[in-house]
Amino acid sequence: MDDFLAARLQMAFSLGFHIVFACIGMVMPFFMTVAHFIWLKTKKSVYRDVTQAWSKGVAIFFATGAVSGTVLSFELGLLWPKFMEHAGPIFGMPFSLEGTAFFIEAIALGFYLYGWNKVNRWFHWATGVVVGVSGLVSGILVVAANSWMNSPSGFDYINGEYLNIDPIKAMFNEAWFSQSLHMCIAAFVSTGFAVAGVHALMILRGSNVLFHSKAFKIAAVFATVAACLQPISGDISAKDVAGRQPAKLAAMEAHFHTEKAAPLIIGGIPDTAAKDVKYAIKIPGLLSFMAHGDFNAEVTGLDKIPPQDQPPVAVTHYAFQIMVGLGMAMLGLAVLYFIALWKKKQWLDQKWLLKLFVVATPLGFLALEAGWTVTEVGRQPWIINGVMRTADAVTPMPGIRYSFYLFTAVYISLSVIVTFLLYRQIRMVGKLYDSAAQHQND
Amino acid sequence: MVYVVIAFLWTAILLYVLLGGADFGAGIIELFTSKPNRARARKTMYEAIGPIWEANHMWLIIAIVILFVGFPKIYTTVSVYLHIPLVCMLLGIIARGTAFVFRNYDAVKDNMQKVYTSIFIYSSLVTPFFLGIIAASSVSGQIDLQAGDFLSAYVWSWLSWFSVAVGLFTVSICGYLAAIFIIGQTDNEADKALFIRKAKRCVFVVMFAGALVFIAAYAEDIPLGEWIFGHVLGMIAITTASISLIIMWFTIEKDKPAILRLLAGFQVTMILFAATYTHFPNIVLLKHGEELSLLAHQGQAKTIDSLAYALLIGSLFILPALFYLIYVFQKKKPGITEH
Repeated sequence: MDDFLAARLQMAFSLGFHIVFACIGMVMPFFMTVAHFIWLKTKKSVYRDVTQAWSKGVAIFFATGAVSGTVLSFELGLLWPKFMEHAGPIFGMPFSLEGTAFFIEAIALGFYLYGWNKVNRWFHWATGVVVGVSGLVSGILVVAANSWMNSPSGFDYINGEYLNIDPIKAMFNEAWFSQSLHMCIAAFVSTGFAVAGVHALMILRGSNVLFHSKAFKIAAVFATVAACLQPISGDISAKDVAGRQPAKLAAMEAHFHTEKAAPLIIGGIPDTAAKDVKYAIKIPGLLSFMAHGDFNAEVTGLDKIPPQDQPPVAVTHYAFQIMVGLGMAMLGLAVLYFIALWKKKQWLDQKWLLKLFVVATPLGFLALEAGWTVTEVGRQPWIINGVMRTADAVTPMPGIRYSFYLFTAVYISLSVIVTFLLYRQIRMVGKLYDSAAQHQND
Repeated sequence: MVYVVIAFLWTAILLYVLLGGADFGAGIIELFTSKPNRARARKTMYEAIGPIWEANHMWLIIAIVILFVGFPKIYTTVSVYLHIPLVCMLLGIIARGTAFVFRNYDAVKDNMQKVYTSIFIYSSLVTPFFLGIIAASSVSGQIDLQAGDFLSAYVWSWLSWFSVAVGLFTVSICGYLAAIFIIGQTDNEADKALFIRKAKRCVFVVMFAGALVFIAAYAEDIPLGEWIFGHVLGMIAITTASISLIIMWFTIEKDKPAILRLLAGFQVTMILFAATYTHFPNIVLLKHGEELSLLAHQGQAKTIDSLAYALLIGSLFILPALFYLIYVFQKKKPGITEH
């Protein structure tokens, strides 16, 4: 394997791994504090049980997210030194703020995990909220740094030099809002469906039903609300990308030819040689409308982009289709769930709805990884859009492929162990957390 | 403003060495505790360390962020030429952090505990060892920007007797810090006697490893003696550290854990001070007499200013919260479960 590809894959794996843990680590605390709040208000012990079980999950995911994040802060330099040499001082502002947010999260988590019955109960609850909020702030800041790579600003690039650096302007680049919003909602969607799916499965199996029903409801409400908001945020993102990164939009849509009233291409197999998409569904004018809010607007195609500046079309297009498709599936399930909550209460007791949630368990995270692929692969060949090429940023050290093999092995084994640990946590719910079940056994 | 940033950088490194070091040391002590005492030693250590465990490792991230935002040339040079020990250290950090959490949060306590524990204690040894190697290679003039072949660019940049000796010294310092820390956490005389014995042994190991560092420096023509003893401040730092060690030797049996911790912290601070200040503002010494200076390689003024403000504002939030966290969990109060 070529070292440049190895470096890109290692970065992709590291981020793809970290993103899962970071999202769960930033969203689960919200579920946990909601359950905790209900426990403090109603004193129904099942909510305390759910809170404590979830807090174990938060601890596992936070710690894994923290170490994988530490690794990333080094990997940026280990793999992309030329990039960091120039970008560090420009887009470093969100990272230095994120250090604070992350630190506060760690401190709050220390209080939360070890504070049961040691500190005032509402202070204890509030530290859980702080964990969630500072996690979310960390996420927004890190995505703001990433969005700078898509939308570089806050400096003047003159004769290969990066002058007049303004870190604040770089942080509030044009893409920060749309990208952070999309990412945060995605974190809620993916974590929500994953958690709800696991609890749904346990309800179907008939073990600790009360416990799992309460847990399911909290996670499912978060997941479904977020799933309904995500298309709105997706629309903001699409219009933003169309304006700033026409090459990325063209690759996402496999839109080869610049045209007015451009069709939305759904599915299909892009053929870059023939500049066509085979077997696709084409809805006339819809791409123009989605990108520019006008069915007749002109949408830039790949033909306007010099070949050496074009992103890989197939990967970006497939990833985008997967993300949107899964997003729509989850939206559909969300709508069914809302109908069940308000109109058809009998559905809530029927197995098919829970089964659908079980099927949806991995969908959010698949969509999340696909979306991440769209934004990263769609930016290629640039590491700083229009300014620095990824190939120029890579480390001069040969043999990166071995480092790639090593890190891949590490991440795969960690994923296996974390899954194993979660399996054991869930299997032990009856013994460790469900106090109602324990009373029955006594 | 650049001095504010440098002060934060130095403080972050110091706190990582002290707090993260004591934390690594806990694993090292566990490794060198005989099987019958191991479970007790572990329990005593983690009751205290548990809540602040995550926070201890944040200092490394703060230091790294300061480096790549404020002094990118230094960050990238080190990243390129010390790639291999950095990767080893990262693997240690991953293994250790995850093993620690897995050990605490595995719902079933079975044989997997042994696996987590052995990963944890060995990575506690490996991680500070490579940290020491990285620190040593940054000042020993091994990094060669003109190197042509793989070995001289990426291996001899960090592999030397001197850096290995500093690695061992770092490990011994971590063990020492943890041993001193844990004395104050014991709740019975037998444990206390055990850890006092350990702490005393650690003192010898530290002195032995320190001697190794000087021998290796001498063998490899690194003017370590001159760096440390060639300046008045360096002399003062080392002398006061030695005096405090003697004081410690006589107070260790008395029931004064706070004083012991202060003394140990003071000694390590003085060692780091003596090791860094002679080169200031240089932070990395390269081959052929070149160097990377914090002042000459600082980022543009606006970057440094905003970084300084971010750090100042951040510390307003972090420090009170951190002190409160430590305060709450240092009070010895048995937890009552609501069950």
